[in-house]
Amino acid sequence: MLPFIIRRLLWMVVLLLVISFLTYIIFYTLPAADPAALRAGRQPTPELLASIKKSLGLDKPWYIQYLKYLQRLVFHFDFGYSYQNQVSVKSQIFDRLPATAALAVGAAIVWLLIGIPVGIISAIKRGTWMDRIAMGGALVAISAPVYWLGLVSLYLFSKDLGKIPLFEGQGAYPSSGNIFTKPGEVIPALIMPWFVLAASFAAIYARFLRGNLLETMSEDYIRTARSKGLRERTVVFKHGVRSAITPIVTILGLDLGILLGGAILTETVFNIPGVGRLAFDAIQKSDLPTVQGTVLMGAFFIIILNLVVDVVYAFLDPRVRY
Amino acid sequence: MSTNGGVKLFEINDLTKHFPLKQGIIFQRQVGAVRAVDGISFDVFEGETLGLVGESGCGKSTTARLITRLLEPTDGSIVYKGQDIAHSSRSELKPLRRDMQMIFQDPYSSLNPRKTVGSIIGEPFVIHRLENDEATRKKRVQELMDVVGLNPEHYNRFPHEFSGGQRQRIGVARAIALKPKLVVADEPVSALDVSIQAQIINLLSQLQRELGLTIIFIAHDLSVVRHVCDRVAVMYLGKIVELADADQLFEHPRHPYTGALLSAVPVPDPRLAREKHRQVLGGDVPSPTNPPPACRFHTRCPKAQDGKCNVEEPFLEPKEGGNIAACHFPLTDEEIAARVPTAAA
Amino acid sequence: MALLEVTDLKVHFKTDDGIVKAVDGVSYTVESGQAMGIVGESGSGKSVSSLTVMGLTRFSSNAMISGSIRFDGRDLLAASDEDMRKLRGNDMAMIFQDPLSSLHPFYKIGDQLVEAIRAHRDVSKAQALDRTVEMLGLVGIPEPRRRVDSYPHEFSGGMRQRVMIAMALINDPKLLIADEPTTALDVTVQAQILDLIQRLQRELDTAIVMITHDLGVVAEVTDEIAVMYAGRVVEYAGKDTIFAAPEHPYTWGLLKSIPRLDSPRGEELVPIPGRPPSLIIKPSGCAFHPRCPYVREAHTKIDPQLAPAADAGNGGGHKHEVACLLPAQTRRALWAALRTGEVPEQVLEHVDVPETAVDKEAVGEVLAPAGTEVAEGVVAEGSAAEPAPEPATAPAGETEETPS
Repeated sequence: MLPFIIRRLLWMVVLLLVISFLTYIIFYTLPAADPAALRAGRQPTPELLASIKKSLGLDKPWYIQYLKYLQRLVFHFDFGYSYQNQVSVKSQIFDRLPATAALAVGAAIVWLLIGIPVGIISAIKRGTWMDRIAMGGALVAISAPVYWLGLVSLYLFSKDLGKIPLFEGQGAYPSSGNIFTKPGEVIPALIMPWFVLAASFAAIYARFLRGNLLETMSEDYIRTARSKGLRERTVVFKHGVRSAITPIVTILGLDLGILLGGAILTETVFNIPGVGRLAFDAIQKSDLPTVQGTVLMGAFFIIILNLVVDVVYAFLDPRVRY
Repeated sequence: MSTNGGVKLFEINDLTKHFPLKQGIIFQRQVGAVRAVDGISFDVFEGETLGLVGESGCGKSTTARLITRLLEPTDGSIVYKGQDIAHSSRSELKPLRRDMQMIFQDPYSSLNPRKTVGSIIGEPFVIHRLENDEATRKKRVQELMDVVGLNPEHYNRFPHEFSGGQRQRIGVARAIALKPKLVVADEPVSALDVSIQAQIINLLSQLQRELGLTIIFIAHDLSVVRHVCDRVAVMYLGKIVELADADQLFEHPRHPYTGALLSAVPVPDPRLAREKHRQVLGGDVPSPTNPPPACRFHTRCPKAQDGKCNVEEPFLEPKEGGNIAACHFPLTDEEIAARVPTAAA
Repeated sequence: MALLEVTDLKVHFKTDDGIVKAVDGVSYTVESGQAMGIVGESGSGKSVSSLTVMGLTRFSSNAMISGSIRFDGRDLLAASDEDMRKLRGNDMAMIFQDPLSSLHPFYKIGDQLVEAIRAHRDVSKAQALDRTVEMLGLVGIPEPRRRVDSYPHEFSGGMRQRVMIAMALINDPKLLIADEPTTALDVTVQAQILDLIQRLQRELDTAIVMITHDLGVVAEVTDEIAVMYAGRVVEYAGKDTIFAAPEHPYTWGLLKSIPRLDSPRGEELVPIPGRPPSLIIKPSGCAFHPRCPYVREAHTKIDPQLAPAADAGNGGGHKHEVACLLPAQTRRALWAALRTGEVPEQVLEHVDVPETAVDKEAVGEVLAPAGTEVAEGVVAEGSAAEPAPEPATAPAGETEETPS
């Protein structure tokens, strides 16, 4: 197992290097707004532009810029400074990370708590009205775009705008502090975003688990469990669900990894100051260091969670050996 | 038909195939190997049916794939028509592929479910650019379907519309389409119902007579092998332990493993079953990554002698009766009579 | 009283293609401590009938079960799901064909066996573990105390099947059903497992139902044999009788189509023509008639019932029943010719199969005295008076004398 983990971590370094390089290339080949111009304001003089360019280091060729960037990153863990406001990229990202993390993890808990029982019940009661309603609802939840769902829920349930005010809505997330420092303010503000974000995932997980469980229940070892005279509840849960749920671990890791890179749409609808919003703004303003920083961070989470998921899988399935 | 004046079609020498096992953090080193086939030598004579028997892990399927060059050997030579094809390139092998074909075990997964029967059987013609005219090709395919006992009108049907036995017939038709010299049948009847097995076995025998085929017949079912084959090679853990004419092998097996195999087969005769002092081999087949030293069978052999069998590897040599066996202490006639009740006295 | 009595069992499945009559009127009995073999090919219903005895068919929502199954005097079909659960793995147990897929891959085998005990016995985990180790030793697993912590994929095929056997016998069942237990195993391992099953049967006095397509296996292990075809038992007799004096054309077909180590090498295999029938639209009359070389028109109209064969009572105390419309005399004459090595075409040249006469008892409800009309143009005959050849001395070895 250990050589496997070490190998994966080494590959992660290689991948992150490649990603950073590709980001640079994309940035420079795609037509985008000139960051110096954006910074300079209205009708800048050529001298002003030139001096801004120089201060941002944009007058040098791109590969020099890249190498300097890499040097700062590797030796000083310095992600550079935003072209917009000269604020350290690293501090901006780490400031906003707790919001994204709270949103992602909270949504994950919600979708697991909803999706897994629904999936199991649908499979056990396959074909009945319960199953049909559950799967029909799942279809709706998957089809509805998350921003639409967010806007509709704001319209209906938000305390400041909604018809049936139940939860804190847009703008309720405190401008400073996070879930660890101000839980009393943050948690109520996240309830609606959690459910909105969790909706389509819960639906997907429910459908997936249902299919998996149905397939598992036709396996030979279920027949053996029944012929041993075990109670049906034991057969379904200890033998059936235990097998059917292991692939869920894999996709949970992948989904979480992607969300930790920033749930842009949800963050925008609910005005949550997360990394997703940061990345989106940075792209619009051609703020390369910030873009680079968020991309690398997102990639890091995805790769790490992939590795965690693979390792956990080996504990769940004794046949898997690295 | 028997060895036909002894014209050799294939000469196999020291054929070896090791599948490497790798380990390592960055650079994977080879730490061991699965020694699937470990230096076997035999000849295949034109017109004969040669049986390859053995239990799981003995290497018989790997051998079949090596001969037809679906795999490249790690070592050894495969001489066909005076040419060693062991390391020939794909382009060199292509014209030879017309001469050697395979029939596979599982009729349910060895046919492409998206192709019609007609196109499956016709594909060899297309690949080797024969019968380019579609009409004549269809005619040839329908002739083949008739020969194997399928209704030529089902030309446009798909595999799932046929039963297991019929699908196997499709596989046979495809294999003989180009009139090959050698057909390797890898467990062709194991997945079929008992009453259908006989149909396919008879079909293969009939085709062999009519087309002058040479057949290598791989199976684990000894009764089937005895019925179909002229000569039989018994494999254990990647080596050939015995090679003899079918009559000789089944009536006077010399290698203790062959004796144990024959003794283990349940015979549909209650009287014999009652009289049998069956020799039950203990233990399991050792792993092919770490075969026992010297004689590979010595860990389970009832006749093994410490100091000889675990020290000196026996080589294939002629034994009493003409069988070639690799054993220091082959079975005597008395032992055979006691342990293998189906053998002649 | 027999341990297991199955009477006219029918198991039909409702599917989109129609009703699959997997088991269509099956009757047999198993006595305590006895070994019975059920022989058949795919689609014969041999597995489904046993799964129904175990109550496992109840889990299929589209199954329609009728008839009667009595185990130890209790009516199983009328029993509640909970009652059946208490019997399963306790008084009756089953082992299956593929031991790898039949064991849960995620749990250690020790845990799986302990679970089997604690489902039916109120014992502590430690006690259950002791019994597990004892059982594993009994079935020949070396170092059982260490191997209880192993996972199924860490065992070889033969070892896994031993684990399955241990799991089935751990609560001392009265009946063990073995569904193709050796088909997936190598031949030397098969011998080990069959040996083990026989030894355990004797030591523990368990009744066994051995389901297989391999006639060699039943020749070794069983006392009585039921041959199944298309959801019915077509022949039922003591082991010796089935091999020496069978009376059903399907049994003949099976015996003649399998290659055997003890018959002459040159003898040609005689396959049964055609293929197993659809269970949705079964052939009219006798289900075997499309493949029978001795078919007559009456056989396409009348469905034969299981009836005593002519030599009933001669087979060492076992009854002999067969479901065939051919008159008993004709059947014996046909087999006498087939057994010498002739093929059906040759046999028909000198044995006369009557056009309209049928075995009256196989006709079933229509019980008519000998010589009367049963259906249009069909005459029912009684069993002939002449005794059948003695099965015990019937030399299958006669064929050995023909020069090869």
